[in-house]
Amino acid sequence: MGGGLGRTPIVGVSLRDDLPEEDLLAYMEAILRVYNAHGRRDNIYKARIKILVQALGTDEFRRQVEEEFVAMDRARYRIEPALVAAIKARFGAPDFAPEGNAAAVLAEDRRRDIAFDAWVRTNTHEHKAPGYISVVISLKPAGGIPGDATAEQLDLLADLADEFSFGELRVTHLQNVVLGHVRQDQLHTVWQRLSQAGLGTPNVNFITDIVACPGLDYCALANARSIPIAQKLSSRFADLELQREIGDLRINISGCINACGHHHAAHLGILGVDKRGQEAFQITLGGSGEEDASIGQILGPAMAEDETVDAVSRLIDLYLVRRENGERFLDTYRRVGTAAFKDVVYAPA
Amino acid sequence: MPLLENGHPVEDTWRYAVEGEALGAGDVIVPLDRLSEGLGRSEGRLGVVLPNSEAVSVLKEALPKLAVVVVTFPIFRDGRAFSQARALREHLHFTGKIRASGHILPDQYEFLIRCGVDSVEVSGNADMAVWEEALRRFTIATQPSPVLDEKPTGFGLRRFLATP
Ligand code: SF4
Repeated sequence: MGGGLGRTPIVGVSLRDDLPEEDLLAYMEAILRVYNAHGRRDNIYKARIKILVQALGTDEFRRQVEEEFVAMDRARYRIEPALVAAIKARFGAPDFAPEGNAAAVLAEDRRRDIAFDAWVRTNTHEHKAPGYISVVISLKPAGGIPGDATAEQLDLLADLADEFSFGELRVTHLQNVVLGHVRQDQLHTVWQRLSQAGLGTPNVNFITDIVACPGLDYCALANARSIPIAQKLSSRFADLELQREIGDLRINISGCINACGHHHAAHLGILGVDKRGQEAFQITLGGSGEEDASIGQILGPAMAEDETVDAVSRLIDLYLVRRENGERFLDTYRRVGTAAFKDVVYAPA
Repeated sequence: MPLLENGHPVEDTWRYAVEGEALGAGDVIVPLDRLSEGLGRSEGRLGVVLPNSEAVSVLKEALPKLAVVVVTFPIFRDGRAFSQARALREHLHFTGKIRASGHILPDQYEFLIRCGVDSVEVSGNADMAVWEEALRRFTIATQPSPVLDEKPTGFGLRRFLATP
């Protein structure tokens, strides 16, 4: 409850962890009624549940919700198990084929083809069905525009989904595409066809797997362009060996405070601002949208585009020097603290 | 100002109390601060305007004697009156009429009815066809209404899912 980004980034809080499924609608209704009655009406920027939760405090907000909830005629709002079952049926698993020797074929393909092996390591996830694997197709080629694909590439993706993934393809919030259910013994073929079309970049979750909002190139609300700086960063860190060395690092870029690029939730966030009529960029560090959710903190004053790209390089250099066994950038930042990172950007030796 | 019920204009037999004037006889709607004056009358039915900043519990005592509660929308995006209508029906079991007044859009008509509002005051130049159409546009809902009797078939989403 009460999480959100934008101009007031806040990590949500948990109201209950024991709510029976059948009471879900009733409880959400109770939450909305409390908000409807007491949310801010004087300022549209503060007309948010998260603002009310902050103002009341989690305990008081929860108390009011519970008060409404127990007063409701819950039988009327009960979600019948049959309804849940009907919804679940619409999200049923496809008919998976038996595993056969799929895993063995994949292992052999990986052993024979180093480039394929590297891609499998970064761009796939385990699948719950034996013999299957789930694939993340990176739309982040070196120096490219995050999330862009040509018409021909989209046609290929659609074909691959039909041929290899039960006709199912998902576009993710990280601006990549997922083929959910690929047979392990067909993965090498899928990879070859992707690579031929320029879609085989093995960089998922690496520093060049950048999320960028449309920014000033397309968006009327923007303060700065998000895409060119994303491309410059992608080119700067294009070397795959370097990317592997740096490891998991999420960069998200927003062109204004609305935060469509979720920069607060990135290990390294970049926010476009207007500095006396010039495009400039603020860096935030330490955010995460994962289980260890946190809001990135602003490092210091905004800088011009090229200065920002240089600053990111210096931040990475510091991380590589200071990191301890197996730490991600985020972990090192959290352990070492802001000061050292700030110095390396604003007080270069 | 035309009064809509079930998508059709109906005759409005109610009048609003005029500030500084006696309430007189007949069906009259009073502001909240004249509620006791209204309750003291011996003839005619009584209605009250509930400002959207008030908790419905302020009407708890008077409710059995009220025939109409008017809930208000100073601006269309201030939706507190939706929750008030639901609370009047669901928590206080009010069975009289709930009337909505103020800045209301046809798109909100169905939601008002689902929350327990019976009649809506619309502006004199409103296109009645649009209001009528607004009631027919959607045949499914994900939440039950506290007033509509949807129990026998379950609520709308299930019907929708049951359709092959
Ligand atoms: S963050 Fe700002 S610039 Fe980027 S898409 Fe959203 S509104 Fe537009």
